[in-house]
Amino acid sequence: MRCLRKAITIAWKDVLSEMRTKETISSVLVFTLLVIVTFNFAFNTGQEVMNLVAPGILWVTFAFAGVLSLNRAFILEKEENCLEGLMVCPVSRETIYVGKMLGSLLFMLVIEAIALPIFALLFNLAVLSLQLMVITFLTTIGFAAVGTLFSALAVNTRAREMILPILFLPIVAPIIISAVSASGLALSGEDWGGLASSLGIIVAFDVIFLVMSYLVFTFVIEE
Amino acid sequence: MKEAGSISQAWAIKIQGLTKSFGIHHALRGIDLEVRQGTSLVIFGPNGAGKSTLIKVLATIINPSSGKVLVDGLSLKSNAEEIRYRIGVVSHQTFLYGNLSVYENLEFYSRMYDVSYPRERIREVLDMVDMTSRLYDRVGTFSRGMQQRISIARALLHKPTIMLLDEPETGLDQQATFLLWRALEAVRERKGTIILTSHNLERGLEVCDQVAILAGGKITFRQPRQGLDLVGLKETYQRSIAVRV
Amino acid sequence: MKSKILLGMSLVLMIVSLYLVFIYVPTEESMGIVQRIFYLMVPMGWLTLLAFLVVFISSILYLAQKESRWDILAYSSAEVGFVFTTLAIITGSIWAKPIWEVWWTWDPRLTATLVLWFIYAAYFVVRSFAAEESQGARLAAVVGIIGFVDIPIIAMATTLWKGLHPPLIIFQEGGIAPEMLLTLLVSIAAFTVFYFVLLRQQVLMKNDESKLRILKTYDS
Repeated sequence: MRCLRKAITIAWKDVLSEMRTKETISSVLVFTLLVIVTFNFAFNTGQEVMNLVAPGILWVTFAFAGVLSLNRAFILEKEENCLEGLMVCPVSRETIYVGKMLGSLLFMLVIEAIALPIFALLFNLAVLSLQLMVITFLTTIGFAAVGTLFSALAVNTRAREMILPILFLPIVAPIIISAVSASGLALSGEDWGGLASSLGIIVAFDVIFLVMSYLVFTFVIEE
Repeated sequence: MKEAGSISQAWAIKIQGLTKSFGIHHALRGIDLEVRQGTSLVIFGPNGAGKSTLIKVLATIINPSSGKVLVDGLSLKSNAEEIRYRIGVVSHQTFLYGNLSVYENLEFYSRMYDVSYPRERIREVLDMVDMTSRLYDRVGTFSRGMQQRISIARALLHKPTIMLLDEPETGLDQQATFLLWRALEAVRERKGTIILTSHNLERGLEVCDQVAILAGGKITFRQPRQGLDLVGLKETYQRSIAVRV
Repeated sequence: MKSKILLGMSLVLMIVSLYLVFIYVPTEESMGIVQRIFYLMVPMGWLTLLAFLVVFISSILYLAQKESRWDILAYSSAEVGFVFTTLAIITGSIWAKPIWEVWWTWDPRLTATLVLWFIYAAYFVVRSFAAEESQGARLAAVVGIIGFVDIPIIAMATTLWKGLHPPLIIFQEGGIAPEMLLTLLVSIAAFTVFYFVLLRQQVLMKNDESKLRILKTYDS
């Protein structure tokens, strides 16, 4: 388990670096809240319609915030070519992937943990249900799994901020669809059985893409 | 059989027929190179000759297109991770995280390299580069020279037996340059192997006992430093640059 | 010789297919003449998947062996596939208009095809924005692999989601009529051969381009 320990070291390094300046987390947080508020202006209707569109708004917000968070992961390593510094360390490329993925996952979960209650407040919804938290957690894993891979990919190209969303959004479209479905059901008081099929898709995505990204990561960073 | 084993152990680096192409751009076109343990080799060459590529292949950052590479007797293809425990890499970029302090950076790398007694070792390496006073300052606040000094300390943390340096003196002030060569001297005393690429003919010749010229992806010159004169070398260098494949 | 056979086959199949689609097969009851687009749409959808499968396999081979012929095959198949995907979406839209009065329906198949269109687009974007060609080939291969693996999940997610939208009626209660089935199969065959014709053409063109580039490098 030495590999896992080193992956956690990498993730911890990312956390430490972020805690130092807090600049990325605060800007992503502000962005997230802005998006939610802007949607509120866009759908200036009564509570009933709000209840219908709330899941969609939530997940569009998290998807966009996710893109910003994921961009950060490898831009950090671009300065002073730290990625090469990591590649020269006695760890497998896969361990680097796991470390960065854990760091991004934590980052996104923190943002979501702060955004959800505020969302609940603005939309008068009971979002602090266990169901919604589970849906959010599982979907964010999917975001982190694929997003970390694509973040590493995008950072070496010429238009890195644009490339990531172009790659990321179509690939995670199925779990966004499923998360919106599941969230809608959860908000309307559906029990776990009703959520099962949507959650199943999200879990399948997570497993498949954790494995695929793990296997393919080395081709993204190595020439 | 035992004889063969101990002979191959004496080679720190053994390269046979190394090529590296990036699409149609051939960076390395067939390199054969052997470097004995405990010696130091300086590789000169014009820009685009493939110096960085060669160092990166040895540092396991880039995969060869073809050829055989043995570092410390270990095959690059199958033992890359083990090789990384034995090499220290210094590049013109520092591999340091600007937001973190000197201590945090070095502690991170200590963990990655499984360095035992990290606290003591960190003080030791910082001592070698005269940076112990700035232990808890953020690396991002330092000048380039100071950052490069810390980078050298980082490369020495795990007591590597082979040092790979890619134009390390780029952008360094005098003091930092002096400390760099001093640190390399210490490595030589420990019987470590040094391979460095450089633009600076004079300085490079002072620290090394083998000289090579890399031009157009091939080694065009290779001799021990003894008996080599600076003027002759300069002429050979100019001639090598003129020859383009 | 091989190309002539392929071209010939394609031509023959296309003509037969056209005859079947416009003259032979009887008009469908509920949707009328517009329904004939179905014989165009299904092959397009099928080719979208076939082309991506070829991209997937070539991408894996390219990453494993680093031989440029696999990259050329992947790139060519992506180009042809992208065109067919675009046509699939357009024909789907043209079908929808007279029947449901809308230019677009979020039918699961159509939606999934749209997502696939974006994945294809991402494949090309990565290629153009890579720092150099060999990197572009490598990164695009990764996109090709990840994209293909996503297809079944996209299909599942859009199908599950369709619960909110009216289903697309293709088959009548009794199943598909034999004439329609024949027409459909011939149409699929015709377009599949056509795909290979186009693929071959693209591969040959890229091979020539690559030779030209190598000659240019040696010239300077």
